[in-house]
Amino acid sequence: MRSVAEIEALLEEVKDPEIPVISIRDLGVLRGIELIGNSVEVTITPTYSGCPAMDMMRAGVEDALRKAGIRDFKVKQVLSPAWTTDWISAEGRRKLLEYGIAPPPHSADIRALKGKSPAVACPQCGSTDTELLSRFGSTACKALYQCKACKEPFDQFKCH
Amino acid sequence: MTREEALFRAVLRMGDNNLVLGHRLSEWCGHGPVLEEDIAQTNIALDLIGQTRNLLTYAGELEGKGRSEDDLAYLRGEREYLNVQLVELPKADYAFTIARSFLYDAFHLPLQQALTESRDEHLKAIAGKAVKEVTYHLRHSSEWLIRFGDGTEESHRRAQEAVDELWRYTGELFVPDEAEELLAKDGTLPKLTDLKAEWSATVDRVLNEATLKRPADGWMAGGGKKGVHTEHLGPMLAEMQILQRTFPGVEW
Ligand SMILES: [Zn+2]
Repeated sequence: MRSVAEIEALLEEVKDPEIPVISIRDLGVLRGIELIGNSVEVTITPTYSGCPAMDMMRAGVEDALRKAGIRDFKVKQVLSPAWTTDWISAEGRRKLLEYGIAPPPHSADIRALKGKSPAVACPQCGSTDTELLSRFGSTACKALYQCKACKEPFDQFKCH
Repeated sequence: MTREEALFRAVLRMGDNNLVLGHRLSEWCGHGPVLEEDIAQTNIALDLIGQTRNLLTYAGELEGKGRSEDDLAYLRGEREYLNVQLVELPKADYAFTIARSFLYDAFHLPLQQALTESRDEHLKAIAGKAVKEVTYHLRHSSEWLIRFGDGTEESHRRAQEAVDELWRYTGELFVPDEAEELLAKDGTLPKLTDLKAEWSATVDRVLNEATLKRPADGWMAGGGKKGVHTEHLGPMLAEMQILQRTFPGVEW
C-alpha cells in the first residue's frame, strides 16, 4: 500500500492535454486523494463545465495508477466547490508563463471582477503595453492578447 | 405532478434550452464573420453543451429509468424537447445570432445566479460553475449588440430587425409551467417574475446603449415548454441525432 504523498507524486505525470507542461495538481483539478481500506479514491473537478480535456485527464489518472500497479481505485468527479483559477499553484503559474501563457489575475482583483482587465504582461518580453483581442482564445479557459511592444500575440489564462 | 416529476421536467428544460442554443451556435463553427468570433461562438457553444451534460445526467438520475445524457439528447423526438422556441430559431445572420444570444443570456445569468442559492444541492453545484461562464456570455453578446446597434446604418438596421423579430419569442421565458410554478414555491427554482424584472433592466440598459428601440409587447409565441415547436426544431434534431438514429448505440 502506498502513501498519499507517493500517489500524489505519481499523479504529477498527469498533465492538462491542452497545456502539457502543467500537471492536474498545479492546475487545481486534483482535489483529493484518500485511502479507504485497500482502495485509493482520487477526486477531480472540471475547470469549465464543457472542458473537453476532462475525460483525458480522468483517463490519465487511471493510467498512472494502473502503471504503478494499483488496481483498486476509484476516480470521482465533483462539481462543487466550483473550480477557480485561484487554485492554480505558484509553480503552475510559473510554468504557464514559461510556456508563453500569461497567468490569470487573482479573482480578488477588483478590476477582474468588474470585467476590466488588469494590466497583462506579455509572456515574451514582459511589457504591459498589451491589448485584448478577444475574450475567447484557443480554448475555453483562455483569452487572446497581443503585445504592442514586441507584436507577439499570446494567450492569457482568464480569471474564472 | 409530484415534486420529483416537476424537478425532472424543469431540469430537462434547462438542459434542452442550453443544448438547442449550443447547437445553433456551433453552426457558426467555420463560418464566423471573423476568426475571433468563430472561436468565441464555438467556446460559448462548448460551455452551454457542457452545462447540458451536467443537467441531462442529473435529469436521467431523477427520472430513474436509466437514461443517460446521450439517451436524452439523441433519442428523444421533437415533441419531447421542452426548450423555449427562442433558442431553436435558425441562426440567420450574425446580428440575429447576437440579438438572440443577448435576449437569452440576459435571462440565463440571473437564473444561474438564483440557482446558486437553490435548495437543491445538485442544481446549486451545476450553477456554481455555470454562473461564471454565463457572465462571459452576456458580456460578449451585450458588447456585440451595442457595436451593431451603435455602428453603421446597415448594422443598426439589421440589429433592430433582429430584436423586433425575436421579441415575440421572449414572453415564453417568463411564463411558468406547472413544474416551474411548483418548484418556485419551495425555493428550488427562482420565481420567473423576479427574473423578468432583472431581464428587463438588462435589456433596457443595453438596448439604450446600442441606440436600439425596445419593441412593444404584443402577441407572444409559446408552446415550446410543452413540446410544441416551430418548424425549425425538427430539422435541427434530425441533423444532431442522425448518427445515433442510423447506428443505434454507436460509440467511439
Ligand atoms: Zn511582448
